[in-house]
Amino acid sequence: PPPSGPGGDRTPLPAQRPGQGTTFPRAPRCRRRELHFPGHPEPPLGDFLAGRLARPSVLAGRRAILRRGRMPPAVGGGLAGWDETHFGKMGSYYINHTFFFDVHPPLGKMLIGLAGYLSGYDGTFLFQKPGDKYEHHSYLGMRGFCAFLGALLIPFAYLTVLELSQSLPAALLTAALLTFDTGCLTLSQYILLDPILMFFIMAAMLSMVKYNSCANRPFSAPWWIWLSLTGVNLAGALGVKFVGLFIILQVGWNTLSDLWHLFGDLNLSMVTVGKHLTARVLCLIVLPLALYTATYAVHFMVLNKSGPGDGFFSSAFQARLSGNNLHNASIPERECLLSFTKVEGQKGFLGCCTSSRRRRLPADLAYGSVITVKSARMAVTTYLHKDYNNLWIIKKHNTNSDPLDPSLPVEFVRHGDVIRLEHKETSRNLHSHYHEAPLTRKHYQVTGYGINGTGDSNDFWRIEVVNRKFGNRIKVLRSRIRLIHLVTGCVLGSSGKVLPKWGWEQLEVTCTPYLKETLNSIWNVEDHINPKLPNISLDVLQPSFPEIMLEAHMVMIRGNSGLKPKDNEFTSKPWHWPINYQGLRFSGINDTDFRVYLLGNPVVWWLNLLSIALYLLSGSIFAVAVQRGARLPAEVEGLSQVLLQGGGQLLWGWMIHYFPFFLMGRILYFHHYFPAMLFSSMLTGLLWDTLLRLCAWSLASFSLAGHVHVLGILSLLLGIAYSFYLFHPLAYGMVGPLAQDPRSGWNPGTFEATARTPACVQELPGDSQLWSQSLDPPSCGGRCLRSLRSSATCQDHALGAYPEFKPLERAMALL
Amino acid sequence: GILPGPLFYKMLGFLQRPVVVTADINLNVVALTAVGLLSRLWQLSYPRAVVFDEVYYGQYISFYMKRIFFLDGSGPPFGHMLLALGGYLGGFDGNFLWNRIGAEYSTNVPVWSLRLLPALAGALSVPMAYQIVWELGFSHCAAVGAALLILIENSLITQSRLMLLESVLIFFNLLAVLSYLKFSNSQKHRPFSPSWWFWLMLTGVACSCAVGTKYVGVFTYLLVLGVAAAHAWHLIGDQTLSNVHVLCHLLARAVALLVIPVLVYLLFFYVHLLLLCRSGPHDQIMSSAFQASLEGGLARITRGQPLEVAYGSQVTLKNVFGQPVPCWLHSHQSTYPMIYENGRGSSHQQQVTCYPFKDVNNWWIVKDPGRHQLVVNNPPRPVRHGDIVQLVHGMTTRLLNTHDVAAPLSPHSQEVSCYIDYNVSMPAQNLWRLDIVNRESDTDVWKTILSEVRFVHVNTSAILKLSGAPLPDWGFRQLEVVGEKLSRGYHGSTVWNVEEHRYGRSQEQKERELELRSPAQMDASRNLSFMARFSELQWRMLTVRSDDSEHKYSSTPLDWVTLDTSIAYWLHPRTSVSGASVRQSCPAPESSVIRRRRVCDLPEDCWLRWALAGALCAGGWAVNYVPFFLMEKTLFLYHYLPALAFQILLLPVVLEHVSGRLCRSQLQRSFFGALVVAWFASACHVSNTLRPLTYGDRSLSPSELKALRWKDSWDILIRKY
Repeated sequence: PPPSGPGGDRTPLPAQRPGQGTTFPRAPRCRRRELHFPGHPEPPLGDFLAGRLARPSVLAGRRAILRRGRMPPAVGGGLAGWDETHFGKMGSYYINHTFFFDVHPPLGKMLIGLAGYLSGYDGTFLFQKPGDKYEHHSYLGMRGFCAFLGALLIPFAYLTVLELSQSLPAALLTAALLTFDTGCLTLSQYILLDPILMFFIMAAMLSMVKYNSCANRPFSAPWWIWLSLTGVNLAGALGVKFVGLFIILQVGWNTLSDLWHLFGDLNLSMVTVGKHLTARVLCLIVLPLALYTATYAVHFMVLNKSGPGDGFFSSAFQARLSGNNLHNASIPERECLLSFTKVEGQKGFLGCCTSSRRRRLPADLAYGSVITVKSARMAVTTYLHKDYNNLWIIKKHNTNSDPLDPSLPVEFVRHGDVIRLEHKETSRNLHSHYHEAPLTRKHYQVTGYGINGTGDSNDFWRIEVVNRKFGNRIKVLRSRIRLIHLVTGCVLGSSGKVLPKWGWEQLEVTCTPYLKETLNSIWNVEDHINPKLPNISLDVLQPSFPEIMLEAHMVMIRGNSGLKPKDNEFTSKPWHWPINYQGLRFSGINDTDFRVYLLGNPVVWWLNLLSIALYLLSGSIFAVAVQRGARLPAEVEGLSQVLLQGGGQLLWGWMIHYFPFFLMGRILYFHHYFPAMLFSSMLTGLLWDTLLRLCAWSLASFSLAGHVHVLGILSLLLGIAYSFYLFHPLAYGMVGPLAQDPRSGWNPGTFEATARTPACVQELPGDSQLWSQSLDPPSCGGRCLRSLRSSATCQDHALGAYPEFKPLERAMALL
Repeated sequence: GILPGPLFYKMLGFLQRPVVVTADINLNVVALTAVGLLSRLWQLSYPRAVVFDEVYYGQYISFYMKRIFFLDGSGPPFGHMLLALGGYLGGFDGNFLWNRIGAEYSTNVPVWSLRLLPALAGALSVPMAYQIVWELGFSHCAAVGAALLILIENSLITQSRLMLLESVLIFFNLLAVLSYLKFSNSQKHRPFSPSWWFWLMLTGVACSCAVGTKYVGVFTYLLVLGVAAAHAWHLIGDQTLSNVHVLCHLLARAVALLVIPVLVYLLFFYVHLLLLCRSGPHDQIMSSAFQASLEGGLARITRGQPLEVAYGSQVTLKNVFGQPVPCWLHSHQSTYPMIYENGRGSSHQQQVTCYPFKDVNNWWIVKDPGRHQLVVNNPPRPVRHGDIVQLVHGMTTRLLNTHDVAAPLSPHSQEVSCYIDYNVSMPAQNLWRLDIVNRESDTDVWKTILSEVRFVHVNTSAILKLSGAPLPDWGFRQLEVVGEKLSRGYHGSTVWNVEEHRYGRSQEQKERELELRSPAQMDASRNLSFMARFSELQWRMLTVRSDDSEHKYSSTPLDWVTLDTSIAYWLHPRTSVSGASVRQSCPAPESSVIRRRRVCDLPEDCWLRWALAGALCAGGWAVNYVPFFLMEKTLFLYHYLPALAFQILLLPVVLEHVSGRLCRSQLQRSFFGALVVAWFASACHVSNTLRPLTYGDRSLSPSELKALRWKDSWDILIRKY
């Protein structure tokens, strides 16, 4: 079966000619649901035990144990969970050198691929849907790699807080919070980008804090090391996901204020200030940029075979992939034969099949050349597949003589020429007039007109080159052209709307009277036949590396902003996250399934939330007191410094990793909160330690005062550990009745921990929504009809509210 | 006798001294005001035709004049009300069809008075610019320069001479800044004096007016708040003040800058709702309760309905969410097709849809499952929260049903139908539990209009929901209604309310059909509280979608700075009016900030003055400009004008600073002065050259017009002969 990935669902669509089948075939995806987790009984005993043993009861040596604690990566058994289907698959693509497209930068997936490669994974597992069994495939390397990075978060957080507060209990508390958080644990157990992203974010934060503390010894070896490590980690964070931009903002802000202080320090000479500036530019701008670019260079070097991602890129880009499937005999001949023009608009990117079979094309357009604007009967539409109907002949507007007559000299088409485009199949001219377009009422209609190439003055178009860097001639692939209607002055463009049935669900083409330069109105000549012209090799057309980079980013940004939630769809909102309103289902549906559910440990998360409020309160009290010039005792002074400066950095980190999501229009998921959660956990550790010390200080007259701090920290640690004992089945998996089931003593009203995707929708959450959204909802109804009598339908699979085990109630009582 | 002695004595002070009026007139201000008025009011009613966005605001003025309710998502009501005030003063009756740009005004439209208020606001901006720069502590020369620049800026003139809101917004922005400056200057000398209070309060009110004119005013409000917060922070650090004193200062600021703006903003809406008391074309978007509070429209229909829904009641059920269109639960004779186009199948039972028009098929009868009759008992038995009911479709007497079959367009939800017994071992599942969502705020009795209810299916616990997808032809393009299997939290699309309601009286089906067709008439009207109406209106205004995203003259924020764009406002048979801003200043306050940091050669007061000027002017420019990069709506050049006003203020400030601080010798200084004068003269000249475009008063030949088109991207319409 074809892979169900990004382009996987698209490329195999046969190029249909209008009039032959109309709708795209819909894969009966629902069937998969029956295959899900076919009664997976129990987690492998060994794994489960290891997971349980991982709960450290001794503080000493915790990190060592923990690292192993996260290591048993197969808690989910040999089943692919959640977005593993994506990132695992992309890892396989690297191993197979297959080109693909993803909305995230490549580093994370490259690392996954590398881990798989090193651990002997051969890239043959299909990763079709969550719940597939890995069977004999070696997946442990990839999971282990992610789990290892996820485990490293804890020592990093420990060191960061230790550096900021100079207090061991605060660091221990932070480490405990992260260790015992079920959410972090769950997220690091699978082949996902998030552990890698969080690793780089935390590493960048740690090295920034370290290098801040080296500030009194500038240009020493540790200073250089930490500074350049910051740069490296920034590049890593951005290279995994664009969310890495937030940590860059944070480091940038820190660096700017640092430089500002140096600049104001009149003891330093201008030369020293210049050296400081240069060092930072080198390590924090040049080095990360170089590394980031290098990841792309490796990405494009490794992925040199044509694959599911081709269709997202421009034709010039595709020309550089070794398109081996073009020579594949199984592809219908008409599909890839000749098509030249294609929209560079949003929709036009999709679906155009790979580069042409003709490896050599004439470079310059001349009259009489055959090119394309795709047509379906009379309504000119941009058709997403290559087809004979896409062929157009360029003719001069005023003569009707055959330009291919060998007696005539070759006449090249130039910028500003007035031309006529004759449809090769029907011999009608591309035509526009003052009639409103079928869907976009403000635009003019575009049709085919005339018989055997004779039409009227409404058939004349002026051809203009947008980026005239190749002179006046019009080049295949490289020239971006606009077609301006001579009479009405409008521009030929694609509105991006899908025509109804009568238009074979193709995209509408209109003539827009608004002359603004948008991608929708720009065309390029993708294929070109002219027997009178010499052919050039397509290799000449290969874009340079900066162009590739630019294009890849444009495509990714467009893909990201294309991830919009549908109307009426229930989506995760940023305010849901810190209160643990709703989690994410990783695997398992029915009560017999082995279920893993991504949900933060409520005790930890609500403690974090409380701590932020407490921090704001205590921080502002201290700030006002300092501003009012109150004299604080030396000890309190030190604590307030820790609280205001160290805590301030962490709070700022939390805010910058959390609030931008409120402005984002794209579809959001619960796991987007985890980087922010790291910062808030560190803040919690620092805050409680400081507050308890303050308490101990203010009670200094009592005999037991010294123990207040120790007792407080210990009880917090124990409480958190106990909460983990209550909630660990969320992460390590559970089997049992669902919440709705009266057998479980769960009250579904408390946590709306329902699963995100309704039954029957393709089980690919995460950013995979791109694919499941762009396709029509899978058709369950067919089955529903067939099973109408027995009434055993898809609806039976409706999901229960989820982690529905009694422990939570106990936790409530505990709280 | 209640007043304390000393204060009372003080109040009587005027008896002891003669009453003296000292007139202290700044002739600069007077002159600037006069010139400003002249430039803005000259030939104000000249293009006696609808110019550009007047077509948009004009219809709202007409609505105000006729007191018809409307909903406009573009901005809060204060700006519209100001424009309408002009119409009211001019005696406009609202009878004009605002449908086309360029249409000639009929004689009943008082063009002059309609355009008067924006023009006045534009004219008064000129002296205010002077005052602001003066209050910032710069010289009179710089202040006059700033005012003159505002005066001759073509785009500001054009914009304020028409029935548009930008000049009003700029006026209130500048007023807020000016009054805050006055306030902070009097802070040093006489805190808590009457003028101190006056300027503080005025700051709050002006901010509120700016926000009330257009939402973008909120950026200036935030800027003023930020500056006030920074000043307050310094105040906290001032150790010469006692704690109580500091607290009083902070409280006064909080009241004036936080509480008062909110109250004034609410006041706008109060007046707005007071004025618009009649129902109109935008009623449909609002909830039933809101509609019922307007005169006419739904209120007329629902007047006299029984309040409590009882068993046997005949009701229409409206979806509360109302997206994509407001609609009512509907059913009709047609059944779901046996096989859909994509090969899936259905139950082939009677369709249930949501229909956006009033129709006799929208009537449903609430039935007690335990009884057979469809009439209301005497006394009526009201339906309560948690009761199990059946819903009978009035015209077909079929029962609302849902079952385990995928819905036509949303396959993961259940199909909702009116049950037909085909005898295929598919039992009727037509019991619904009534869930009154807002029972806390109201009672747990199901009430007409007021109660928002959900219908929870008893067998499958699915919830009746409007999916919003339009059905294909077999469903007559009506909207799909489904049973949502697992509803997660509250969503408007699962909530319904009773709109029309009457007690059923007829036993027989024929009789009942007749009854259903007759209009509902009974009695008593209900009103919503102001806060409920305000919050609903505000919410709808923020969420209403403007449909078209493309316009001929739309532009991007980057075009504005580089002067790449203009808007053709109006085309006379021979002339055209168009807006284009003339010059740009490139402020560089950063340089001096750096100097301060490094060299410390600026005296402290000069630095503070400079920092404040930078924060207000450059900050004003930034907050009014940068957010547009993030906005997804259609943008026009005129969105830049508030930022431009601040930028113009900044220019003379920078120039004075350069001449005063950076030019060391006298020679340098006079050379710089000459440069500035020469530049200013050229600016005046440019402004004068472009005057025909601004006023549209002189007919120009095409070649002259082409000469004025300095950039190819300027849209200047030239009539072809």
